[in-house]
Amino acid sequence: MIVAKQKPVEEIIEEAKEYDKILLAGCNECVTVCEAGGKKEVAVLASALRMYFMNQGKDLKIDEVTLERQCDHEYLEEIRNTIDQYDAVISLACGVGVQFMAEKYMQMPILPGVDTCFMGVTEERGVWTERCQGCGQCVLAKTGGICPVSRCAKRLFNGPCGGSTKGCCEINKDLLCGWQLIVDRLTELGRLEDYEKLAPIKDWSTERAGGPRKVIREDVRL
Amino acid sequence: MRLQYPSNIKIVSIPCTGKVDLIYILRAFEKGADGVYVVGCMEGECRFEKGNIRARKRVEQARHILESIGVGGERVRMYNLSSSEAPHFVRYAKEMTEKIRELGPNPIKMAKEKMAA
Repeated sequence: MIVAKQKPVEEIIEEAKEYDKILLAGCNECVTVCEAGGKKEVAVLASALRMYFMNQGKDLKIDEVTLERQCDHEYLEEIRNTIDQYDAVISLACGVGVQFMAEKYMQMPILPGVDTCFMGVTEERGVWTERCQGCGQCVLAKTGGICPVSRCAKRLFNGPCGGSTKGCCEINKDLLCGWQLIVDRLTELGRLEDYEKLAPIKDWSTERAGGPRKVIREDVRL
Repeated sequence: MRLQYPSNIKIVSIPCTGKVDLIYILRAFEKGADGVYVVGCMEGECRFEKGNIRARKRVEQARHILESIGVGGERVRMYNLSSSEAPHFVRYAKEMTEKIRELGPNPIKMAKEKMAA
């Protein structure tokens, strides 16, 4: 999932203070799972904003909606008939949802309510960690299912650097060395010989370095 | 024991403090409560294992939000006691009432009344 974290209320207040009618839009997908922008977080933020502005003597009108997804036309269309009643929308979706809504409703200021962080997993309740950087050319088959792009700080492809110490990365002693994880996993799989195979130079043009990306599937396109 | 506790306290009964959601606490303030305190079982003795721990986390979240929006984080707190400790219940009720009296009325309630006038 896409992992996001809530923005500080103070930051959202600063962005929202010039508006009188705001729609707070949550998203039922990733940001609900990572407890940053689902229905509950929408209710909490709406309550906090209402109280803050009430305390400032301003009767801010805030309505709440949580869309199934904000990264698909069909769900964003659900607010087409009501969005004009508002001065701005605070979207608690990831950056993708915020942008897609902004593209769709050109006249409406769309403010982000969360900071989008990465694609990752829920390691335990309240702890999310990165697993994928969407490099566009998956190498997991060769690296024991552990990604050297997202798990190695230097994105190395042929073993660890000299900074790997006792299974941890030199940039942070609490960060596991991606290549140590790969070696451990290949050992478990009985495929340590894969570690000896040299990986060719990676084509980074499929990664963000190649500019904004696009996937087109003519076989499913209508 | 028939102990007396301050009559200004309104009790909201819930099956376990784990049922307390952050929004419940915030809505109480939005509706004009001057303070909110959650009374749960002793930590480690929750029948549902972690209900009171979850409640404590939510109280902390509420405290943080109330502080950020200028209502005051001190208006919310968590107490723990066992069901047989009625004198403690009374002591906490008095303690919380005194604390809230010191802090004064909920500023949201005051602002609402001012706007309505």
